[in-house]
Amino acid sequence: MSKTVSIITENFGKYDPSSIDSYLTIGGFSAVKKALAMSSAEIIEMTKKAAVKGRGGAAYDTGRKWAQAASVPGDDKVVICNADEGEPCTFKDRSIISKDPFRLLEGMIIAGYTVGAKNGYIYLREEYRHLKPLLLNAIQESTEKGYLGDNILSSGFSFHIHLYSGAGAYVCGEGSTLIESIEGKSGRPRIKPPFIKECGLFQLPTLVNNVETLAIAATFIQHGVEDYLRYGTPDSPGTKIISLAGNVKNPGAYEIPFGLTLREIIYDIGGGIPDGHELKLFQLGGASGKVGDASIIDTPYTYEALSKQGLVVGSGGFLVVDDRTRVIDFVKSVQDFFIHESCGKCTPCREGNRQIAKIIDRFVEGNPRPDDLQTAERFANIMKNCAFCGLGETAQSTLLSAIKHFPEEFGLEVAVNEKH
Amino acid sequence: MNSTKTNGFGVLTSDLALKIDEIIQTYESNSTRLVGILLDIQDIVPKQYIPREVATYVSERMNIPLSKVYDVISFYAALSDVPRADYVIQLCDSVVCKVTGNTILRDAITELLGIKEQEATADGKYWLEYTPCFGACDISPAMRINGKVFGHLTTQASVKAALDQYK
Repeated sequence: MSKTVSIITENFGKYDPSSIDSYLTIGGFSAVKKALAMSSAEIIEMTKKAAVKGRGGAAYDTGRKWAQAASVPGDDKVVICNADEGEPCTFKDRSIISKDPFRLLEGMIIAGYTVGAKNGYIYLREEYRHLKPLLLNAIQESTEKGYLGDNILSSGFSFHIHLYSGAGAYVCGEGSTLIESIEGKSGRPRIKPPFIKECGLFQLPTLVNNVETLAIAATFIQHGVEDYLRYGTPDSPGTKIISLAGNVKNPGAYEIPFGLTLREIIYDIGGGIPDGHELKLFQLGGASGKVGDASIIDTPYTYEALSKQGLVVGSGGFLVVDDRTRVIDFVKSVQDFFIHESCGKCTPCREGNRQIAKIIDRFVEGNPRPDDLQTAERFANIMKNCAFCGLGETAQSTLLSAIKHFPEEFGLEVAVNEKH
Repeated sequence: MNSTKTNGFGVLTSDLALKIDEIIQTYESNSTRLVGILLDIQDIVPKQYIPREVATYVSERMNIPLSKVYDVISFYAALSDVPRADYVIQLCDSVVCKVTGNTILRDAITELLGIKEQEATADGKYWLEYTPCFGACDISPAMRINGKVFGHLTTQASVKAALDQYK
């Protein structure tokens, strides 16, 4: 029996994403209708009950975020849909936008209604430009049919959605940086406070949610929270769309209930490692996530169990790597990515990444200096504690977790012997 | 600034200027739309880049200081201030495409077109650059040609088939 489920993804393939009429035939916009009949407080209560953690990667409680956004005073607020899915090995938002764009709009309208926003912005990464016509069409058709725009379904609530393009900058996935980019500037993070929930886009109170988070909101409003809570575990209820890729037979975006083991994901859903190779490592949550080894693949995919093993759910990226890749080459590739993507605003991230890269290069070439590893770890920890934004704080997660799981590949045989 | 790299005189014809005006109009000359405006302009400039004279033109038309226009152009990877080619080939350089073997793809391009990273073919048709993950990991190793994604590029024949669509 298939271990995947379709709750958030239930509409995938069921309608023509370029036609609102097609969407309406499968009960489209019933979530918006239900939400508009409820009060903001009732929706927040439901969201808290659903216990959805932000799906962009930071895992902040969505109910709490919405409650805070709703309580900020102001009659002109903004909802931003973060569709800047830049985390390597993450493409689940692409699957939602391309297969169910209308549900995403529903989620935004519901979020806007709940927090009292007048305008919504979708920040779509440049790499997904091919999906722009689909989204623009969805916005236009929804407006024509009265589900978007002024006085939605005669409820008195008005909400407009605007589409903005990114231009190839990973750092713009960070909330305040994304806002800078929508304002037409280069993407560098803002200092907090003021928090963007109080003073964000165009100085207005701003709520930023990930694509999947918004799609889930529309899902549980439509079917009820109990229906959504039937899946998952008591601590990590519900489902998650993962992006499974790398050395697996069946890569793809899959919706799974929380609680499957990593083994089930790799071997049952992913079909295992191709060409008779062995599992070497896996990386969860993209480049800013962490790596693990084969000894812990019976860990259940839940926030708590992963955290105990030093892993994260993050963006839902799930990269499988077999024994053909050296750990150090893997780490170097991730490091090159962060050098390219560091915006250069703060010294720990800009210089830390450069210096650590030099050290990693020496490991790749096989002639590290005696204190190199110690230095790299020290710099990595400085970055974790002192970087200006999430990019720098998490840039060394891969390196640090790789050293932990594969000390021998960094020349730490002594430490391994001591461990056993 | 970038003038030494950008030999763009003569690019901004009156026809192109008109088209740029139209793009700016579509976005209602809204300065917050600068990123999108520059991306759209880059699409219609021959060799897919923003020459100095075009940047200057946009700055004057939109009343934005040239330094701010270059703040955006120089920051974002999708905007180029050097001439590229008719067809921009972007090879995914992410760790996912690495572990699925993108070296075949890289070698195939070099062999078929004779260009390396940040180089254009002599006839100005193809330009090659590496790019971070563009979210096509389910069909990796992957590349983009003028924004269109091609995946499962594990043989030289599959790379050639993709390139053959752009002649």
